[in-house]
Amino acid sequence: MSSPVDTSPGTGSGPTRKLPTRRGTELLMLAFATVIITFALMLVDANQGQELTLSIVWYGLSYLGVFTVAHVAVRYFAPYADPLILPCVALLNGIGLVMIYRIDLASAERAAQQDIAFTPDAPRQVLWTVIALALFLAVLVLIKDHRTLTRYAYTCGLIGFFALALPGLLPASVSEVNGAKVWVRIGPLGLQPGEFAKILLLIFFAAFLVSKRDLFMSAGKRVLGIEWPRPRDLGPIVLATGAALAIFVLLKDLGQALLLFGMVLMLIYVATERAIWIFVGLVPFAAGCVIAYNLFTHVQQRTRNWLDPLATYDEAGGGYQNAQALFGLGTGGVAGTGLGAGRPEMVPLSKTDFIAAAIGEEIGFIGLASVLMVYLILAMRGMRGALAVRDTFGKLLGGGLAFAITMQVFVVVGGVTSLIPMTGMTAPFLSYGGSSLLANYILVALLLRISDAARRPQQGARPRAEQQRTPLSDTGTVMVERPS
Amino acid sequence: MPELVVQLTRAGFLALLWLFVLAALRVVRSDLYAASGVRTELPPSKRDKKQPKSRGGGGGKQPRQLIVTHGALAGTRIALDDRPILIGRADDSTLVLDDDYASTRHARLSMRGSDWYVEDLGSTNGTYLDRAKVTAPLRVPLGVPIRIGKTVIELRP
Repeated sequence: MSSPVDTSPGTGSGPTRKLPTRRGTELLMLAFATVIITFALMLVDANQGQELTLSIVWYGLSYLGVFTVAHVAVRYFAPYADPLILPCVALLNGIGLVMIYRIDLASAERAAQQDIAFTPDAPRQVLWTVIALALFLAVLVLIKDHRTLTRYAYTCGLIGFFALALPGLLPASVSEVNGAKVWVRIGPLGLQPGEFAKILLLIFFAAFLVSKRDLFMSAGKRVLGIEWPRPRDLGPIVLATGAALAIFVLLKDLGQALLLFGMVLMLIYVATERAIWIFVGLVPFAAGCVIAYNLFTHVQQRTRNWLDPLATYDEAGGGYQNAQALFGLGTGGVAGTGLGAGRPEMVPLSKTDFIAAAIGEEIGFIGLASVLMVYLILAMRGMRGALAVRDTFGKLLGGGLAFAITMQVFVVVGGVTSLIPMTGMTAPFLSYGGSSLLANYILVALLLRISDAARRPQQGARPRAEQQRTPLSDTGTVMVERPS
Repeated sequence: MPELVVQLTRAGFLALLWLFVLAALRVVRSDLYAASGVRTELPPSKRDKKQPKSRGGGGGKQPRQLIVTHGALAGTRIALDDRPILIGRADDSTLVLDDDYASTRHARLSMRGSDWYVEDLGSTNGTYLDRAKVTAPLRVPLGVPIRIGKTVIELRP
């Protein structure tokens, strides 16, 4: 990776120059996000005919309080971290919470009409958020330097693959919900190990590619003016494709297979800077798609639902979900029905996979676009941290993590808007779901750690880094100052 | 709620969301000019031109930056301070080259007194100052190209 690295931040100004940590900006943006969320909650309550009480303000303040704890932790443990990542996450998570609460209200009403017992999901999601933030703190405190993760790369990889495969090996009663075998359910508690496996595998692939990068760089034959990689270097790509296909067959989960494969391709591309790898990867991908389409009926079903949701509207597993999502988005139009004034509960799974449709209905294209912009800023800041960080592993891991967010958003929003066939996947931070939230907060903690390492002035980081590296890097090449 | 209030709050919420996005972009923008890990190619702005003047008392032209003029990293600038600059393929080099003709630890630029010296760190393909092969530390005048593999760098004021 060609990376111009600048050991001297600040042009020639002495070594004691202090970089702005920008933590104040972060707190300000967090407060702004809280204001937006409190306002959203107020609108929902007002439009739903709930009584407007002061408690909404308390909810808002406690939300700010929870994130202030996270902010203070960042202040202490990653003072130079990016100031925008946490506020973006807070805003997305808050909008998700408000949306889940809003759909709860509608479902409660319907349940009351039909005399069914109803348990709201919003309090549980709040609980998950708090747990996730605790985990976020733990990661930030425990991992002082992201480079230590390379030591556990193979462990991470092993656990990651195991976690990914675990639901597939367990009996369907424990692992299958709505046709996707991605759960491990023990009693009332359900977790999706795949969400965590994603991060573990990223760590593994990043470390693996750092150590084996030269393999991918060596050029093979030139055919058609393009340097093709040597056939024997294709191993990892074949492995990733195989793993993705295996997940797909075992777990019946298109989304995860797509995510894993996309991440590996992207990491290889970033590590080698050679676009040819994307082509090389897309060929087995296309082949896999064709094979999957011919072998599995549910893939054919999803494709038909995608091409024409209305044609299969009445079939079991047909286009009902997609069609409802499109109806919802259509109802919202450009400016939306207003928070609390639409009927997002008409869309099935509107709290999880189809939350983008619910948001699109209530705040319209303008609102949904702004939410996507927030995702974009989040991913961009992650990528920026990856660009600026000095070590290759950090670059790959940061880029991979940021890409994982982008890819998930693309797959889920693309599916909801029928740009691509629908694959069950949660929108990061927005959707209801403990595993997704926990995993994504870990991801954000790692991103903050990397961006902190990137912006931290060298004086602070150097002595420690040199202590670690001395035996490896300096013994052979140290130049004793020659008398001139 | 009266209809007007509903409509106003609806628009207000959307405006607020976009204000957040704009505020975030402002932070991004201000960050572009703040010092950060990597100094990417900022166009030679007025700020750069002013700098030598403000420090003008030092006598003569002092190299203040290192510029890559040819090779994959062309356009990269590194601000110089008094610390040595390591050049090579190793990850912890100051200028990390991705060049098949460069060695892991290829060359070093260091400051003695007020001059910069280049020395070869036992590279396979050698380091060239202008046309001359660097065998012992050589003083690097301003604007004289140093060739390392396919990469050419220069010191600039």
